[in-house]
Amino acid sequence: MNIGSTPTSDSSKFLQIRNVTKDFSGYKAVNNVSLDISKGEIFALLGSSGCGKSTLLRMLARFETPTSGQILLNGQDLAGLPPYQCPMNMMFQSYALFPHMTVWDNVAFGPRRSGMSKEEVAARVDEMLHLVQLGKFAQRKPHQLSGGQQQRVALARSLAKKPQLLLLDEPLGALDKKLREETQIELVNIIENVGVTCVMVTHDQEEAMTMASRIAVMSEGRFLQVGAPSDIYETPATRFVADFIGNVNLMEGTLTADHPDHVVIECADCKHYVGHGITGSEGMAVTVALRPEKIRIGRQPLPPSDGEPAGGLNRVRGTVKDMGYFGSFTVYHLQLASGLVMKISESNTERHREDELTWGDTAWASWSPLAHVVLTA
Amino acid sequence: MKAMLSRLLSGRSAVIGIPYLWLLIFFLLPFLIVMKISVSEMETVNFKDIITYTDDALALTLRFTTYLFITQDDLYYKTYLSSLKYAGVTTFFCLLIGYPFAYFMARAKATVQPALLMLVMLPFWTSFLLRVYAWKGLLSENGWAYDVLVGSGLDQVLAALGLIPAPAQLMNSPFSLVLGMTYTYLPFMILPLYSNLSKMDMRLLEAADDLGATPFVAFWKITVPLSKAGIIAGSMLVFIPCVGEFVIPELLGGPQTLMIGRVLWDEFFSNNDWPMASSVAVVMVLLIIVPLAIFNKYQAEATEVRK
Repeated sequence: MNIGSTPTSDSSKFLQIRNVTKDFSGYKAVNNVSLDISKGEIFALLGSSGCGKSTLLRMLARFETPTSGQILLNGQDLAGLPPYQCPMNMMFQSYALFPHMTVWDNVAFGPRRSGMSKEEVAARVDEMLHLVQLGKFAQRKPHQLSGGQQQRVALARSLAKKPQLLLLDEPLGALDKKLREETQIELVNIIENVGVTCVMVTHDQEEAMTMASRIAVMSEGRFLQVGAPSDIYETPATRFVADFIGNVNLMEGTLTADHPDHVVIECADCKHYVGHGITGSEGMAVTVALRPEKIRIGRQPLPPSDGEPAGGLNRVRGTVKDMGYFGSFTVYHLQLASGLVMKISESNTERHREDELTWGDTAWASWSPLAHVVLTA
Repeated sequence: MKAMLSRLLSGRSAVIGIPYLWLLIFFLLPFLIVMKISVSEMETVNFKDIITYTDDALALTLRFTTYLFITQDDLYYKTYLSSLKYAGVTTFFCLLIGYPFAYFMARAKATVQPALLMLVMLPFWTSFLLRVYAWKGLLSENGWAYDVLVGSGLDQVLAALGLIPAPAQLMNSPFSLVLGMTYTYLPFMILPLYSNLSKMDMRLLEAADDLGATPFVAFWKITVPLSKAGIIAGSMLVFIPCVGEFVIPELLGGPQTLMIGRVLWDEFFSNNDWPMASSVAVVMVLLIIVPLAIFNKYQAEATEVRK
C-alpha cells in the first residue's frame, strides 16, 4: 500500500509522523517516534536540551530529512513535495529577523517569493501587521523594536504565507518572565484566530502547559508520554515524566493489601491508602508520586473525612527543615524519619496564619486517598 | 591645572592620543609641508618663503601656477582618470575573486578555517617587491604563465580587447598591470570580507529558505546586503592604495598605463619641479579624501537614523 499517494481528509490525522528516526552518525537524535496531530491543534514537544525535540521540528520544517520513517501532511509525504508547495513556516528561536530590512519587508519576504502581485503582497503584509498590532512600526528596523515586538514581527512573518502548519521553536524563550506570561495568551489567541495547526518546541513546561492542547514529553529521542497538559500532570505514566513536569514527592513502597475499592502501599515512613482504580498483586514494588500542592501541612494531622480510613494512613510526621515563601504560596521541606525530605506547598489563602510553622517545628503532613499517582515504571 | 595635566596623561587619553599624535606628526604635518611646497616658488634649489615681512608689511605669497597648469595640461587630467580607472578595475576584480573565496572560507569547516586563513596571509612572508618582480618573469617569454596564456590562445583575445599591445606580448600592458595589482591587493579584500561573512547568522539563510527563497535569492537578498560593511572595507583597502600605486605600474605597466604615481616620480626626480610634484600629490589626496568624507558622512547619517 502506498500511503504517500492517497491524500486523506481525516482531520485528526492532519500531520502524521510515522516511525521517524534521525541518525547523526550513530547517535539517534530521534528514535522511532510516531504521532498524529489533528488540524487546528497546538501541539508542544517538551523536553530538556538534547532530547531530540528540535531535531524533530527541523525535520517537520524540512531542514533535516529523516533517516527512516515518513512525515505526512494532509496524507502527502513531505519528502515528495517540492519546497515551494510546502505549506509550513517556522518561527525561529530568537526570531532570525532580517536585520537590514524593515518590519514591512521582513513580513513581505515570504509573500514576495510566492509569485503574488505587488498589491496582493501589500494587502497581505498590512493584514499581518494588523493581526499582530504592529501597523505603525512597519518602517522600523528589527533592532529598533522591543523583544516582545520582535517576537510579533517573527510571528507575522511566519504567518504571512498562510501556512497550514506553523512551527514554533522556543517561541517565548527570549522574553523575560512577565512578558512571557502575557505573550503566551496573546500568541495562542492569534494562532487560534488564524486557525493554523501548530507544533511548538519548548523546554519550559509552563509554556507548554498553558499554550498547547496536547504535549509530548520527550527524552533521549523518544516520546515518554503524549497527552493533554492535565493528563500529563495528574497521571504521569512514568517516574521520569512525574519528576520532569512540576514538583513531586516520589516514595518507594510495596503493595500490601489489594481491596476492590482501595489498595494499601507501605513505604518507609508511612502507609498510603489509595482510593482510586489501582490494582496489583500483593508484594509488588511500586512508586508513589505525590504533588506538593496536594499535601496539607499543620501542627495536627487532618481528621479523616467520610469514607477515609482511620488508623494513621495517608499522614506522616516530620520536622520542618526548610521553608520558602513565594508570596502566593509557601513551600515547606519536611524531614521524615527515614531521611526523605517531603516537599509541601501550601497556598497562602490568609494573610497571617495563626499556627504559623517555622524552622524546626514538628508538623504533620496529610493527604487524601485520591491524591496519589502510583507508578510501576 | 595639575589635575588637568594628570587627566591628560591618564591611560585612556594616552591610548587614544598617541595614535593621533603619530598621525599629526607623520601625516598632517608632512601634508601641510607638501601643501606649502605646492604653492611656493622655486629659487634654484631652495623655496622662497610664502610669508615674508619686508618694509613693515607682512606678505603672504601663494603661487597657484602649478594648480593652474594641472587643469590646463590634459596629461594630468588623463592620468588622474586613468589612475582611478585602474584602481577601480583592480577593486572590481579583487571583489569578483575575493568574495566567493571569502564566502567559501567562512562556510568551510571550523577546523580548516585557520589553515585557509594562514594560506591567504602566506604571501606576506615574501617581500612585496619580489612577488611583483616574479610576475615579470612569469609573463615574459620564458615564464609558464606566458606559455599557458599564449599556448591556449588567450593572448589573441586579450589583444583583440586591447588589453595587450599585440598577441604574445603580455608584459607592460594594462593586462599585466591589473593582474599584478589584483594579485597584490587580493588579501586586503579577502580578510575584511571573511571576518564579516564568518560572523553571519546562518539561521537567517534558513529563515529565507523557510519563506521560499531559492539559495540564489537568499544570497542576493540576505548575504550580500549583510556583508555590505565588509565589501566597503575591502574595496577601500584595495582602491585607495591602488590609486597612488607606483611600484607595480613601474614594474608591470607600460606606456599605455598612465598612473599618477609615475607622474609624481617624474616631477620629483626627472624634472626636479617640487612645487609641481607637490600640487599633483595634493590633488591626488583630495581626489581620494573628498569622496571618502562624503561617503563617511552619509554612512554616519544612515547609522544615526537607524538608532
